[in-house]
Amino acid sequence: MVLWELFQTFFIMGFVSFGGGYAMIPIIESAVTEYGWMSSEQLTNIIAIAGMSPGPVASNSAILIGYTAAGISGAFVSVIAILLPSLILVICVAAFFLKLHHNPVVEKMFYGLKPLVTSLIIFAAIKFVLANNLITIDLSFRSLSLVVIFGLSLFALLKLRWNPVYVILLSGLVGIALYS
Amino acid sequence: MSVEWKLVFEIFWTFFKISPVTFGGGFAMIPLIIKEIVEKRKWLTNEEITDVIALSQTVPGAIAVNSATFIGYKIGGIRGTLAAMIGVSLPTFLIVLVLGVSYFYLDDNPKLEAAFVSIRVTIVAIIVYAAIKIAKTAIFDKTTFFIMAAGVPALFFIHPIIAIFLGAITGVIAVSIKKKLGYLIEMKNSKEEDPANDPEYYMGAGI
Repeated sequence: MVLWELFQTFFIMGFVSFGGGYAMIPIIESAVTEYGWMSSEQLTNIIAIAGMSPGPVASNSAILIGYTAAGISGAFVSVIAILLPSLILVICVAAFFLKLHHNPVVEKMFYGLKPLVTSLIIFAAIKFVLANNLITIDLSFRSLSLVVIFGLSLFALLKLRWNPVYVILLSGLVGIALYS
Repeated sequence: MSVEWKLVFEIFWTFFKISPVTFGGGFAMIPLIIKEIVEKRKWLTNEEITDVIALSQTVPGAIAVNSATFIGYKIGGIRGTLAAMIGVSLPTFLIVLVLGVSYFYLDDNPKLEAAFVSIRVTIVAIIVYAAIKIAKTAIFDKTTFFIMAAGVPALFFIHPIIAIFLGAITGVIAVSIKKKLGYLIEMKNSKEEDPANDPEYYMGAGI
């Protein structure tokens, strides 16, 4: 049952969702491969739409994956599944553990958790490069221009501090100009 | 409408208005929350908001949703919690759904396909950018660097959820061993900027 698969995936993901949406891509990717909801190219497009929409990337991706796999009801089930853990945990913390962020065990956990979240994001980038055949050894106009687009995107984000949404939109226009 | 329900609706409406503006990461919402919750409505003080933001990062889930939910709870109990969560999620849910439906409708369009050839590369750049952003606060000594470096190849073999648990356990063990051996260790990056003083800090953080 697709709806149950969606609920299970995003509900569990909601409980380990540390460090922003892009760290969750490996979990999403492994579920998508396991259940065969879509191709990896489609998944990359969906993450792109999730990234250019307002709101958290993780729940945006969940909504779009749910919609792709099972229509509007899939979108509903997925967003509820990813929000429920936040709801449960926030109420518990607010009611019982208001000093949680000063707790020594929690501090120790985050000491190891944050570098691991970094690994997750690096891993997501590697997987995307492999899944989309972004590294090719041919010297065609297409592959060279894609390397340039990658470099310019990173430059705009890191040095010019552009909002990621604008970088995605501009990149889309460049794509239309170059490849259509 | 009773006073209580009026407050619940106001909580819903406040987050409903802020939510669509949160482009480019949940931290982008924080200055707006401070303006609306602290300065305009005076529901919470500046210190309370700082605590809420710190707690929101400790609890798994999106910063935007967690901080809204925390604030809703503080102001209006369980009803406030639900009002804030629905308020912050509903607009983005609808926008994403409309974008997704249009994307599937136009899927075969050659122009859209061409746009996505370029966008897919940009998404990889954004992921690399997200990694650099988090590495700046996560990697600050040999141990944290080692965990990060070991994590990447490990992820090719173990499930990401197991890796997350192993990361947390490694953190607890590493700090405990270091303490036993008498090392003075810092648990956080001491050079970490204070978000409250640097609005630029929010850009791209927690995306």
